[in-house]
Amino acid sequence: MEWETVIGLEVHVQLSTRSKLFSGTSTAFGAEPNTQANIYDLAMPGTLPVLNGEALRMAVRFGLAIGAEISRQSIFDRKNYFYPDLPKGYQTSQLDYPTVGRGSIVIPLDGGGEKRIGVTRAHMEEDAGKSLHEAFTDGSGIDLNRAGTPLLEIVSEPDLRSAKEAVAYLKKLHSIVRYLDISDGDMSQGSMRCDANVSIRPMGASEFGTRTEIKNINSFRFVEKAINFEARRQRELLEDGGEITQETRLYDSTRDETRPMRGKEVANDYRYFPEPDLLPVVIDDKLIEQIRTELPELPDARRQRFAAEYGLSPYDADVLTANREMADYFERVATACGDAKLAANWVSVELQALLNRENLEIADSPISTANLATLIQRIKDGTISGKIAKTVFEQLASGDAGVDEIIEQQGLRQVTDAGEIEKLIDQVIAENAPQAQQFRNGKQQVLGYLVGQAMKLSKGKANPAQVNQLLRDKLES
Amino acid sequence: MLRLNVTELSAELSRGAFSSVELVRACLERIQRRNPSLNAFISICEESALAEAAAADAARAAGDSKPLLGIPLAHKDIFCTRGLATTCGSRMLRDFVPPYDAGVVERLRGAGAVLIGKTNMDEFAMGSSNETSFFGPARNPHDPGRVPGGSSGGSAAAVAGGLCPMATGTDTGGSIRQPASFCGITGFKPSYGRVSRWGMIAFASSLDQAGTLTRSAADAALMMRAMAGLDPRDSTSVDRPVEDYASELERPLRGLRVGVPAPHFAEGLSPGVERGIRAALAELEKAGAELIDIDLPNNHLSVPAYYVVAPAEASANLSRYDGVRYGHRCENPVDLDDLYTRSRSEGFGDEVKRRILVGTYALSAGYYDAYYRKAQRIRRLIRRDFTEAFTKVDVIAGPTSPHVAFPHGAKADPVEMYLEDIFTIAVNLAGLPGISVPAGFEDGLPFGLQIIGPDFGEARLLNVAHQFQQLTDWHRRLPADAAGEAS
Repeated sequence: MEWETVIGLEVHVQLSTRSKLFSGTSTAFGAEPNTQANIYDLAMPGTLPVLNGEALRMAVRFGLAIGAEISRQSIFDRKNYFYPDLPKGYQTSQLDYPTVGRGSIVIPLDGGGEKRIGVTRAHMEEDAGKSLHEAFTDGSGIDLNRAGTPLLEIVSEPDLRSAKEAVAYLKKLHSIVRYLDISDGDMSQGSMRCDANVSIRPMGASEFGTRTEIKNINSFRFVEKAINFEARRQRELLEDGGEITQETRLYDSTRDETRPMRGKEVANDYRYFPEPDLLPVVIDDKLIEQIRTELPELPDARRQRFAAEYGLSPYDADVLTANREMADYFERVATACGDAKLAANWVSVELQALLNRENLEIADSPISTANLATLIQRIKDGTISGKIAKTVFEQLASGDAGVDEIIEQQGLRQVTDAGEIEKLIDQVIAENAPQAQQFRNGKQQVLGYLVGQAMKLSKGKANPAQVNQLLRDKLES
Repeated sequence: MLRLNVTELSAELSRGAFSSVELVRACLERIQRRNPSLNAFISICEESALAEAAAADAARAAGDSKPLLGIPLAHKDIFCTRGLATTCGSRMLRDFVPPYDAGVVERLRGAGAVLIGKTNMDEFAMGSSNETSFFGPARNPHDPGRVPGGSSGGSAAAVAGGLCPMATGTDTGGSIRQPASFCGITGFKPSYGRVSRWGMIAFASSLDQAGTLTRSAADAALMMRAMAGLDPRDSTSVDRPVEDYASELERPLRGLRVGVPAPHFAEGLSPGVERGIRAALAELEKAGAELIDIDLPNNHLSVPAYYVVAPAEASANLSRYDGVRYGHRCENPVDLDDLYTRSRSEGFGDEVKRRILVGTYALSAGYYDAYYRKAQRIRRLIRRDFTEAFTKVDVIAGPTSPHVAFPHGAKADPVEMYLEDIFTIAVNLAGLPGISVPAGFEDGLPFGLQIIGPDFGEARLLNVAHQFQQLTDWHRRLPADAAGEAS
């Protein structure tokens, strides 16, 4: 039987506010345990929450970016459960009246084309602290630095039909929150975490199958693997006549499998009720309009503009707009050097490779936009060849020297003087007499070899087109 | 000196009749003598009180004339005090010393009041007799065999017993007004949001409100002037100007429309109390007020609605006491569940456990609609009843409690105890201000007249209470030994 996978994602995005959702404590990452927890974060008696206005504006910004309804009045609720890293014994979240209502996100499809994925809602809530089990032999440690950090939980409709679509959705979401500057979206640091609801059904069926929820998947790759594993597990189970149990599962990346969480890890009844310590959050039209005017250009709009304005291929436009910093970088290089296609190539191929190799973010690129623009100009004005440019590029990455400095100091300027090239050619013909004879006898393909020898002799500095032409002229004369 | 009220003490201090140090010392001596039998205080801060009093005297000498300057004050042990144990009447917090002051504590300190100690209370403010306190019951200064009421029983006993001229309390369902009624003093509960809840240990967040226990309405006006106001740390505190309550006190009663709610004179009201309350209403009428019969049709639903909403909120508010970060922690827990279970079983008393269980049940899947949601709906109906009534009347008046103080141990059945607050609870559910003023005695025990005002009608309410106290002297009849004679 043919099966269809149905996926809905719940994505927790950590909002990059300076302070926590309900207290003034810093949210900076990496401090000593429990140095960023004040009396409210510790749930000392009598302490009360005060909503962080910046977190609220970030949630609204996200809502507007995905064309969602913004609730004029949203309500915080208490979600009750006991856990040592949850100091109050309840998490303050939003149940029935989230700040962000229905919206949608468009994802690119593998075979080309696009698909619109519904977003059911996005609600604000506070993060829990961390339990530290490793460093303690007798008991566990609790670090409350993260407790109270603002999260936006973005819940999708069950509109995704494959692990690939799920990853595309997640990447688009990542790109949107980065563009909006509301989160660093770093999955490895937990700034973006994903739960996947997965079910399968016979192809063409209209009813959903029983779903399982896979918790806390922390990379794009694992999202794909976890969903694929889970869909396969469900298919095998059903085809063997079994039944799917609605349950919460964990993805184990070392064994590449999902398995049920232990009963204790799953709280069943959270006894939600409205948080009496906070008033309903009222958002008026004026605030919404103000936030709307502050929205940056978003990835979809930018991609379309790049294609139209710079004549980029859909693929290049997609790659270059996936992340805001990358797009900004490209745009600065393209404007400065005046050749968008060359700029696109250098940014998406050479620079990207360099960053991957050095494990760097574009923001930390060792090559400035000005240097890359100059480099491209030197290719265009014939000062250096494309090949030499790669050498210069590598040196730009490892030192402080500028493009022209490197070219001059190392004598990399392209040789275009016909006399000098002729000298090279004479030497090559003399040293490769048999091959030269072969060409004269009509074996055209030998020319490439001879050109290569000449280039090598010039250490790559000779203009290849000139070498080619002059060599041919000489041999045919 | 110990019988004088705050207004009088303030005048005497300005006149130089005695110093704040002398006054504080007299209170401390009185506490030493009487507290062993009244058990009104959980902790006494003699040293810091004398230091604060000396500072107040110095400030006065330098020209400071704030009305509360140098006046001894007791805080209910539910208000966090920096560096001073704050127990909430519970074993759970027996050794808890907060590193911060409650908003109310800050403001009264700023007003120059001298903190002399922290008063006994029902555990986590859950009770109407002060009998649920981990530190043992406080006793009624009018009859030590009887309860002082609760939960602010220690504060009421301290003020009535001459241990201290003013005290703070909190009122979630009547916890200021009922003990004031039982102890023959003035207890004022402001509108929800008028006084900051920051640093006040939560019982039921949407109902809790800080207020005052004093020997006169004029005293309450002075305390309220200092306590009220916006606190940005409490999102439910309101941003509206604080009136000069003292300057409104002299407004005459002529033309005042007083609503008399039929349900507050229903079956169960003791005949002596009813006679006294009717007489008190007649006094108001004589002074030119108009009595108007009103109905509060949903009043009978207030106790059941309250005993869903308050325990529900409490069940979450008390989850933080888990033995992990502060408070009682059991010995040698074997695992996490054991830590939670034993720390909480040992740390909380029976009434607190009962309410946590009730609240947890009311919020549980499948019961939420039947209990919590329905209770919230009733709450809106009750509020609507009041809104409707206040279109016809300026204030509403009736008994604070159906009867006078009862003997210790007389109400063993929790539901019987819950019915104690039958006239006071609706006021909390509606978020309104209410005051209890002494209105007579039955069998030698005092009872109070409750006056209820509309939202933020504090000034008018204090004015009416003060005018009543100009017409009567019930509030002057402190227990015989409160004069300071040996008991």
